[in-house]
Amino acid sequence: MSSSAENFTGTVRVKRGLAEMLKGGVIMDVVTPEQARVAEDAGACAVMALERVPADIRKDGGVARMSDPEMIEGIKAAVTIPVMAKARIGHFVEAQILEALGVDFVDESEVLTPADEAHHIDKFGFTVPFVCGATNLGEALRRISEGACMIRSKGEAGTGNMVEAVRHLRSILGDIRKITQADSAELFDWAKRLQAPLPLVQELAETGKLPVPLFCAGGIATPADAALAMQLGAEAVFVGSGIFKSADPAPRAKAIVEATTNFRDAHILAKVSRGLGAPMTGIGMDAVNERYAERGW
Amino acid sequence: MNVRVGVLAVQGAFLAHAEVLCDLGVEAVEVRQPNNLEGLDAIVLPGGESTTMSKLLVSTGLWHPLNGLLHGGLPVFGTCAGMILLGTSILDGRPDQSCFGVIDIAVRRNAYGRQIDSFEADIDTAVGQFHGVFIRAPRIEAFGAKVEVLGTHNNEPVIVRQGTALAAAFHPELSADVHLHQFFITHVAGLAPATIDTTAKGR
Repeated sequence: MSSSAENFTGTVRVKRGLAEMLKGGVIMDVVTPEQARVAEDAGACAVMALERVPADIRKDGGVARMSDPEMIEGIKAAVTIPVMAKARIGHFVEAQILEALGVDFVDESEVLTPADEAHHIDKFGFTVPFVCGATNLGEALRRISEGACMIRSKGEAGTGNMVEAVRHLRSILGDIRKITQADSAELFDWAKRLQAPLPLVQELAETGKLPVPLFCAGGIATPADAALAMQLGAEAVFVGSGIFKSADPAPRAKAIVEATTNFRDAHILAKVSRGLGAPMTGIGMDAVNERYAERGW
Repeated sequence: MNVRVGVLAVQGAFLAHAEVLCDLGVEAVEVRQPNNLEGLDAIVLPGGESTTMSKLLVSTGLWHPLNGLLHGGLPVFGTCAGMILLGTSILDGRPDQSCFGVIDIAVRRNAYGRQIDSFEADIDTAVGQFHGVFIRAPRIEAFGAKVEVLGTHNNEPVIVRQGTALAAAFHPELSADVHLHQFFITHVAGLAPATIDTTAKGR
């Protein structure tokens, strides 16, 4: 390193660094270059390129896989902000392909049909950073121990219903708050109960936060939903079906971006929530045929 | 002296900057609304998505008052996207993207490639080496006569200063080294926090 000319790519700091840059922002699911441009125009800090939004995956059924590289490249060419794409849980070859395509972040996502019932991808072997979903703190720490550089609470994708996202955020952040109060002997028990590596639990007790950013996904459909996630402690939000399954996507997208920045100011939230047209219809949890959040181990 | 430094908090890595400032004995103030600009001794424009930040600066009503303060001499430190905002022209930007023009530099967005090309490297500065984290980093492609180059990487400028404005193409808030922030507070802004702690760790 003394010669100073050497560059190091794909380090933990560089990979977690991009997650830091996305904080306070909105990452929007898009299925076409036109939608990607609408998202960028609205102020999205990144887009998630996929063939079908979760609401449609839910409706269509069948096996959901990585998107066609051609459509991912079309979206990459349409915008200047970071582009993310999804690989199936455990499908490391889909992840290799996404890295070769030059996507900026890979989402190892439960919204796609899992390819492995026991193993997630070993994410340390990649230059591209990964985001993974989690329903509780143990799951979050297991994903971090495999190399995830960002955690998103899973919620229940494609429902337009916040109840699961709130449950998962409260579970993760509530347990973090409890661990900061635990004594050193209790941390061993916490690691055992969470099925998480002890050093990560000890680090958490010391710092009071995950070592990577915690974002919220799965159910956000309104500016108020985004602000709810932020006030609960999420550091940024993913909006999947909530924008492009609504009556008027562009103003809704812009309103959700403004709500995410001004999440504590109810007057601004009231202003940006006005006249947005119909949100996505959404579904109650009793009517959900398949819980995507249960995928992942 | 109690030193208050604003950190633009519309989007991006503002918390990491605030933590470094606190370690230096400075009161860090999150700036989301125009009234947050009152009584600041200096301001930091963090990394993030420059297009997103540019839009939010307008919709929050921060653009005009902040522009006035910066041109009136409020000391400012911009990193990555923050450097793009401080320059005079943006290459490969969006047509609706604007910049404050307080440092006479032309900056190309994402000039080193995509995230897989993001890197860490040591930077040569007038006061020794500094470790830089470059995330989808911008590059200074041209600079005017009033611009002082304070740091280079592969002979390209990566730290520049014009008057009370300092900018870095990389993220000093992500490496455990507070010296660039300290340089900004004491030398560029001319401030002296009461409890400045030179042994503090960045993160």
